[in-house]
Amino acid sequence: MGETIAEKILARAAGKKKVDAGDIVDASVDLAMSHDNAALVSKVFKEIGVSRVWDPSRIVIVLDHRVPANTIKAAEAHKSIREFVGEQGIKHFYDVGVGICHQVLPEKGFVRPGMLVVGTDSHTTTYGAFGVFSTGIGATEMAGVWATGKLWLKVPETFRMIVNGKLPYMVAAKDVILHIIGEIGADGANYKAIEFYGETIDDFSVASRMTVSNQAMEAGAKAAIVPPDEKTIGYVKERTSKEVKSVFADEDAEYEKTFEFDVSDLEPQIACPHTVDNVKPVGEVEGLHIDQAVLGSCTNGRVEDLAVAAGILKGKKVAEHVRMIVVPASREVYMDAVKKGYIQVFLEAGATIVNPGCGPCLGAHQGVLAAGERAITSTNRNFKGRMGSTEAEVYLASPATVAVSALKGEIADPREVK
Amino acid sequence: MVIRGEVIRYGDDVNTDVIFPGRYLAITDPEEMAEHAMEDLDPDFHEKIKRRRIIVAGKNFGCGSSREQAATCLKYAGVEAIVAKSFARIFYRNAINQGLPIIESEEAAEDIDEGDDVEIDTKKGLIKNLTKDHEYLFHPLPPFIQEIIDAGGLINSLRKRISSSR
Repeated sequence: MGETIAEKILARAAGKKKVDAGDIVDASVDLAMSHDNAALVSKVFKEIGVSRVWDPSRIVIVLDHRVPANTIKAAEAHKSIREFVGEQGIKHFYDVGVGICHQVLPEKGFVRPGMLVVGTDSHTTTYGAFGVFSTGIGATEMAGVWATGKLWLKVPETFRMIVNGKLPYMVAAKDVILHIIGEIGADGANYKAIEFYGETIDDFSVASRMTVSNQAMEAGAKAAIVPPDEKTIGYVKERTSKEVKSVFADEDAEYEKTFEFDVSDLEPQIACPHTVDNVKPVGEVEGLHIDQAVLGSCTNGRVEDLAVAAGILKGKKVAEHVRMIVVPASREVYMDAVKKGYIQVFLEAGATIVNPGCGPCLGAHQGVLAAGERAITSTNRNFKGRMGSTEAEVYLASPATVAVSALKGEIADPREVK
Repeated sequence: MVIRGEVIRYGDDVNTDVIFPGRYLAITDPEEMAEHAMEDLDPDFHEKIKRRRIIVAGKNFGCGSSREQAATCLKYAGVEAIVAKSFARIFYRNAINQGLPIIESEEAAEDIDEGDDVEIDTKKGLIKNLTKDHEYLFHPLPPFIQEIIDAGGLINSLRKRISSSR
């Protein structure tokens, strides 16, 4: 029987010829990513009783969650991380303002097809867009990785998801993945790896594939892998001179399930409160009053996302009662958006631009919601209390839907835009 | 390991954000984390946990963020075991790494009610519902995971391993 991408990557990482789904392997990690929670990881690391990290060149730390520090506690956590990276000689440290970890790692050339990457963030699945097995882990086990370079992993069964069809006008990657989550449920891919195939995925830009791999975590996926193609290789080779060894599934690989989706008639999708699988076509929630519109995040804060929104907002004004917040995913994205004139468009439309980071997505700062308020956002979670008050409502949507809703002051259909 | 206690019941998809809200993520002291456990889900949690030490829930418990605080805060608040129909994968790992026993049993999760007195034998893979006089079997954790829990979590288990290899 042939092997899936997950099986091949984990076999290589475990130093074995072959592994099967269900095996538990002790895998050597190629790259270990942490963000602000490196403060907790380093605290736990010090309790283990080893003095040096296993390989400082394989650790990347990006400050993004509470940047610039929003409380004294956050400032102290950041300070402790700066001290730790200094002591340990960790060179790949990106301080406040560089961007969101899941955007920064690909941009800086850290992710290459075939790697095993772990990160102390659930959306570490994002790198799957580059043919990587990447998954989220907790702080304590990351401390173990820092000490030993190894981690136990159960080799997951793989779901094959085939997405076909040319997307209609103003329907995008976010709509596709929300639709899939709505169909399979918030635990529909729990513990599983996903491999994405089909003409829609092939047609997607690297940025759109990142949206899919990122958001797929909300169906519980352990890894969400798009097999690499020339777009992937082109992106990676622009950013690193290291060798690229793409990994593909065998023809006769064993999949636990195969799903097929035809998205040629897909409508814009909205994930309604308070679970990401509560997905409805925009027509069912159109007209709901909104107080805040958020464009950004590791899911949808890239140049193509800002471009779509800027196209809709150009020369227009956001509704008077709406606070529109734009969060470019990284400094590189931000500068590109400045150059292309998108930031000017947002400012003229009355939006507030905040620095690259996780900002409002996790409800820590930069646009927290009050009780009774409703937000539409291109971020990835709509849990109760996620963006502030537990009495607030969060609706997830594509950048186009967010932008058009901001203009109208209510949830609106981007297909109305001419 | 045998754990006995009364049960606090929750439903499906209890996510990490309601277990431990994002606004407290800068906290690194476990005792302080415990003060915010279940803050956005159940305002009476701290009252309940004084007498009831076992959580029983529906499917996909702990879905969402990788924040380990979600497992840590429950452990330090006094939770001694969690039984659910299923767990989200990162929470599952985090609980083990914190030394918090975690049991998947669809049957138990459906049958056990708030306040039931239960006894869990993690090695045998048996839950006894002493209130209802029902029993439920589950697959015990693999030995090396059991060893992490018995050591009180991953750090203690790593420490042991490192000192024995010296």
